[in-house]
Amino acid sequence: MGVDDILGLFNYWMVIVLMMIGLYTVVSRGNLVKKIVGLNIFQTSVFLLYISMGKVTGGTAPILTGKPEVYSNPLPHVLILTAIVVGVATTALGLALVVRIKNAYDTIEEDEIQAADDEKEFGDAAAAEDGRR
Amino acid sequence: MSIAAVIDISLLVFLGLTAFAILKLRALFAVVMLSSVFSLVSAALLVHLDAVDVAFTEAAVGAGISTVLMLATLALTSRREKAPTRSQALPLIVVFLTGLALVYGTLDMPRFGDPQAPIQVHVAPKYIADTQSEIGIPNIVTAVLASYRGFDTLGEVTVIFTAGIGVLLLLAGFIREPEGLRVQTMDHHLVLRVVTKMLIGPIMLFALYVQFHGDFGPGGGFQAGLIFASAFIIYALVFGLENARKAVPGRAVRLLVACGVLLYGGVGFVSFLFGKNYLNYSVLGVDQVAGQHLGILLVEFGVGLTVAAVMVSTFYAFAGQNQPISDEDW
Amino acid sequence: MIAAHLPILQVVVPLIAAPLSVFCRRGSTAWALTFGVSIAALAISMALLGQVLDRGTLSYELGDWAAPWGIEYRVDAANALVLLIISGISTVVLPYARVSIAHEIEPHNQTLFYTCYLLCLTGLLGMVITGDAFNAFVFLEISSLSTYVLVAMGAKRDRRALTAAYTYLVMGTIGATFFVIGVGLLYMMTGTLNMADLAERIPAIGANRTLVVAFAFIVTGLGLKLALFPMHLWLPNAYAFAPSAVTVFLAATATKAAVYLLLRFLFTIFGTTFPTFEPTLTYLLLPLAVIAMFAASTVAIFQVDIKRMLAYSSIAQLGYMVLGMSFATVTGLTSTILHLFNHALMKGALFMALGAVVMRFGDATIDTMRGLGRVMPWTMAAFVAGGLSLIGMPLTVGFISKWYLVAAALESGLWPIAVLVVASSLLAVIYIWRVVEAAYFDDPPEGVTAGEAPPALLIPTWTLIGANIYFGIDASLTTRVAGEAARVLLGTAS
Repeated sequence: MGVDDILGLFNYWMVIVLMMIGLYTVVSRGNLVKKIVGLNIFQTSVFLLYISMGKVTGGTAPILTGKPEVYSNPLPHVLILTAIVVGVATTALGLALVVRIKNAYDTIEEDEIQAADDEKEFGDAAAAEDGRR
Repeated sequence: MSIAAVIDISLLVFLGLTAFAILKLRALFAVVMLSSVFSLVSAALLVHLDAVDVAFTEAAVGAGISTVLMLATLALTSRREKAPTRSQALPLIVVFLTGLALVYGTLDMPRFGDPQAPIQVHVAPKYIADTQSEIGIPNIVTAVLASYRGFDTLGEVTVIFTAGIGVLLLLAGFIREPEGLRVQTMDHHLVLRVVTKMLIGPIMLFALYVQFHGDFGPGGGFQAGLIFASAFIIYALVFGLENARKAVPGRAVRLLVACGVLLYGGVGFVSFLFGKNYLNYSVLGVDQVAGQHLGILLVEFGVGLTVAAVMVSTFYAFAGQNQPISDEDW
Repeated sequence: MIAAHLPILQVVVPLIAAPLSVFCRRGSTAWALTFGVSIAALAISMALLGQVLDRGTLSYELGDWAAPWGIEYRVDAANALVLLIISGISTVVLPYARVSIAHEIEPHNQTLFYTCYLLCLTGLLGMVITGDAFNAFVFLEISSLSTYVLVAMGAKRDRRALTAAYTYLVMGTIGATFFVIGVGLLYMMTGTLNMADLAERIPAIGANRTLVVAFAFIVTGLGLKLALFPMHLWLPNAYAFAPSAVTVFLAATATKAAVYLLLRFLFTIFGTTFPTFEPTLTYLLLPLAVIAMFAASTVAIFQVDIKRMLAYSSIAQLGYMVLGMSFATVTGLTSTILHLFNHALMKGALFMALGAVVMRFGDATIDTMRGLGRVMPWTMAAFVAGGLSLIGMPLTVGFISKWYLVAAALESGLWPIAVLVVASSLLAVIYIWRVVEAAYFDDPPEGVTAGEAPPALLIPTWTLIGANIYFGIDASLTTRVAGEAARVLLGTAS
């Protein structure tokens, strides 16, 4: 693998690092808002992956100027415009759920929610046992 | 190394540092601000990669509406993340392996910027070559977005519509104090009041420019909708939600949300009358180019309408949650 | 003239109805609109299936832009059947939903609830009918986002619906993003997003590490969406705490659409000759499917909440579907597709019966079930009939599914797998029996009087039970269509 290969793939590797920081934030953090921020970083990095593949060296933005020019590929741009919209839609819904969860549980930490649910669950099960006896 | 590569690499490194800081910080206010920075720097990188329309949208979404919603959520929930209690080993291994798999996948990729890469020689060249004669507008991204792949964009409007309806279902019927909204206004700040009044007009004017200039330059319905909504949100923040609701009541916003989708979907049906397939705009005008032009104008307007209305209605729903955001909180 | 536009009408009719329903002032008007649209969608999918069986694959180019430059809808036997399942179940669920949703959702939210339901229907139909990989993602997201909201609407009964919806949102978004990464890599190597075009270009590239990674990400992403063990963690709570009618609709349709997409990507787009195709099926999907059959069924036995018990049972049943496809034979795929259809009928009926219990008693724990055989005789009889179908008794659709699955395993020379399929059915006997025992051999708690569910709930439930028995006795139609779909997917259609 030569220097050209490394330079030619560096962009993708950096984007992968960004994607993985985002994904790690989602799966490792217990705070519900932090998870949504992680999802945002994960998705934004995927956008960068798509746009990177459309770039042509020496190209320009795909808006016709009338002069003969090299244009970067417009299709990834179109796809990512759609994906950004999907991303913001997910963020809005996720945050609305977080607000409702805070209201129902008085916390937005996964561990504390889990503890509250377990208590209710095993409380229920114990009550069911009592009812049977 | 060329200057372009240096810019590219430094922006990517900066993004990496920002993402890492977001992972590590536990003060959520700082996290949200950094996530906004992440979006802005991404937007800069997107411009550098020739994706001007995408950059515009990413800046408006990431640094704009997402940040507003996240700040509203923090105001309603909590500002600090608790320290993680569980072992982080399994997530780290899973994520590391996923990343490794992706790096493995890059080895056979065409090199960055290669003009002979498969995506540069199949499908896309037709858009570049034929947009002028078939659609007749200079912005190829708008041509593909609104016509060649116009159905994806109808799906996109439906996605944002879904989010708008979802937020309403989750939050709007859920106001905690029955006597209504009590969001504190900021109109006692003279500077804010004057500056806001001066800004709102130009912002709305700019939104209209972005809406109708999308055929020629970067922009279009989605970006315009976001900008238009932001003017409105600024008004509501400074002069209070009640005044904003007087200007545009919640139910009206809800109907506008629906109207945008109906306009887009409805334009698609017109072609049936002429025996053409769904979303064929060519039948709308005297010739193909005129028809495509009108079709794109109409559907972009539908997009802008729904996006602006969804953003305003989502803001109403979050702000209506009645946890006054006061100056001292921050 | 309209006949030529049926493929797009299948999706656009519910899509346009969604914003229209926002204008309804009352929940009942919105319901009527939704029900009408659902009937129309069912009629369209029946007509489409008829056209496909007569004339073969249909193609519809949106905006008259030729594929692969524009987006193409492509209908063949495989997706025509899935469309029929989705619109058919929707049409049976809606009469049930009218009463059950009026009971479970606050009045001021009912109009928008149906808007959301229509969006979910649109998304599912759109992701199944499309012939474009990226368009599939867009409609997948429409269905997912609306599903998160529909699940969260169960919060009036139990706040855990909110956390279930949040978990589903996070896992679902990770799954969808993996799918998008995969599609992006495919696009990068081929330059196209059109499924038929992809199917032509991928074999021409040959061994390529980028394509292998694309394959892995698409399988993982869709695996998350279809709750393939061990990526099923979002499913049990989502099904357990969603409003009853939503559980019925999702259990019968949502994972099915994801299974279909996986089939389409594995068999049509990558194809059996793709380098990682066989190892993935034999060494990954087959073992995971078998583990799902046993692990999920075992967990189901220990559930207190019967809705959650059936949710775990669904994960096991998805195991049967994935097992069938892992053989990569006509019989194997026939069993998968048959089970897509049959499982929708049985789980639909079972969740409907439980929904009636929830409506009367507020929950469906094993304790609530005590003595219900006498309290709600018709509801419980439906539960027993659905349970028998789930176990795989002869004269029910469950038997037909198991029969084809066992035959497929034997045909591939994997008799131990055939034994495991039969053995895992015994676990279903155990968890269904627990409910039957409580319902028929325990006395109802004091103060509980006999009181059947209203006909509005019973009639849809028994309609599905009737279908379980009808297609269990005369399976000629379903096996013919499933066989045709299997041959289309394997590329051996006549």
